[in-house]
Amino acid sequence: MTHALTPRNAAVVGLVAILGFVPVYCALTGNYFPLSLFTRIVILALAAVSLNLVMGFGGMVSFGHAAFLGLGGYVVGILAKEGIGSGYIQWPLALLVCGLFAAAVGALSLRTRGVYFIMITLAFAQMAYYVASGLERYGGDDGLTLYRRSAFGAALDLSNKTLFYYLCLTLLLGSVYLVRRLVNSRFGLVIQGARSNERRMRAIGFATFRYKLVCFVVSGMLCGLAGVLLANHTDFISPAIMHWMRSGDLIVMAVLGGMGSAMGPVIGAVALLLLEEGLSRITEYWPIVLGPLLLLVVLFARGGIDGMLVRLGRG
Amino acid sequence: MLYFIEQCLNGVQLGMLLFLLAAGLTLVFGIMDLVNLAHGSLYMIGAYFAATFAAWTGSFVAGAALALVATLVVGMAVEVIAIRRLYGRDHLDHVLGTFGLILFFNELVRLIWGPAGLTLPLPSEMLSAVEVLPGVFYPLYRLVIIATTLAVAIALYLIVMRTRVGMLIRAGASNREMAGALGVNVQLLYTLVFGLGAALAGFAGLMQAPILTVQIGMGENILILAFVVIIIGGIGSIRGALVAAVFVGLVDTIGRAFLPDLLRLLLSENAAATLGPALSSMMIYVLMAAVLVVRPEGLFPASGR
Repeated sequence: MTHALTPRNAAVVGLVAILGFVPVYCALTGNYFPLSLFTRIVILALAAVSLNLVMGFGGMVSFGHAAFLGLGGYVVGILAKEGIGSGYIQWPLALLVCGLFAAAVGALSLRTRGVYFIMITLAFAQMAYYVASGLERYGGDDGLTLYRRSAFGAALDLSNKTLFYYLCLTLLLGSVYLVRRLVNSRFGLVIQGARSNERRMRAIGFATFRYKLVCFVVSGMLCGLAGVLLANHTDFISPAIMHWMRSGDLIVMAVLGGMGSAMGPVIGAVALLLLEEGLSRITEYWPIVLGPLLLLVVLFARGGIDGMLVRLGRG
Repeated sequence: MLYFIEQCLNGVQLGMLLFLLAAGLTLVFGIMDLVNLAHGSLYMIGAYFAATFAAWTGSFVAGAALALVATLVVGMAVEVIAIRRLYGRDHLDHVLGTFGLILFFNELVRLIWGPAGLTLPLPSEMLSAVEVLPGVFYPLYRLVIIATTLAVAIALYLIVMRTRVGMLIRAGASNREMAGALGVNVQLLYTLVFGLGAALAGFAGLMQAPILTVQIGMGENILILAFVVIIIGGIGSIRGALVAAVFVGLVDTIGRAFLPDLLRLLLSENAAATLGPALSSMMIYVLMAAVLVVRPEGLFPASGR
């Protein structure tokens, strides 16, 4: 990583600064709508970062990551409904469940590759979707309202919106840091090696399956964390969060931002959700603009926004 | 028993419909190596066209015929404008680009036809029921669906296996560079194949329109089912798509009809009522995951791939 002031580094620093400044802006203007919007952006950015760990660096295109988002949320929702409100129980348990689910899905899915991997991860997400729809006790199709956010004692009151936002932002930046450390470690190099040429990696003695499985589990747990945050943010959880279109959204964020770096998906999430928000103010029919725009990004902006910034730096 | 026969027929009918969608999807996938998520949008557009044209002409058959042509044209236009540029790109690019197309088509339909759904009334002579077996009555229209899609399947088989165009399609599927080098206009062939796939999807949509409400997003869930079919059947194989489509149709329908009762025998009333619907919706995905784990290339992998 270079520390020169390239356009890309400047953009990343600027983005983080803006994200950090949002609550201050809200407090100054008294308009708290941006805070809610940006909390959502930060949480979904975390999910996109987790997806990018498997998709961008591992070459495993998971079309079912929304399942982890939902699973994390449902663990919190179900525990809250059953009277267990402590975040010290809810959060670790949510991560554990997501990790186990990822291990099971990964162990089966990683036997396939390419399009088959895309489809089998989709299949598992659909199963999770239907299981959630069938949970009559927890709202079924209509979803489940959380009457109280996860309790962490007096020190950390999640119903304080500014505090919650900074918690989400800290977890996001922590995850970006974790992903970056991970992909640059020996572990990450094996994962990236397996993406480019798995047969060769196996030939030189790496059990790539195990590496990829661990990578998938880490990614699933990070995405589950995003789900935990999302449930706490919206105070609500429903199967809609696991719909396959939601998994598609996450892929869009990662690709739009750029899969080449840990920060790319964050850029993508901010860009996509702000674009959605902006377009929806101009016209009710905003997806009619967004759809072709995505197509144009695919066709003309290889490497996403992050890639464009890198090219800009090279002049 | 009568109920069972009826459910089997329902399953076959769903299967035949899935085949129409899956055939186009698997052709496009097998020949152009393109993952087309927007296939469901073409299904939706076919249904909307049929409902509109049938209202204009006052005839179901004329409306259906016009809708078929219109969907073919839309499909070919989409190929020329957008899809053509995605060939040879990464599958991820396909997913993203055609995901954008879904958003576009859903909104376009909302813009043109409004957010409320349409209905396509059946001609009165189609409304009757037929006694398929002594004591078993079955709606005539559903039998018509089975018969026409079966005819389309046979026609498709004959086109692909017995005509010159079909020969070119097969040549393009097994080795596109070589086919191009031998003087086949591959670009035109691709436009044609995509249009054919679109017309098949549109046909599925218009046949289904009188049974369901024609609405935005109707293509999204059935698209996933069609993907399940082509994955189980083996990508690029029309024969595999046919077998897998009927199989998936039967498993899904019979599962929904009988699994809750079956569970009731094993579990408590309460648990069965909760588990039943979820489990029967999951069945085909479990099936697909099982097939992929045991045979990662699908049941009938197309030769040469």
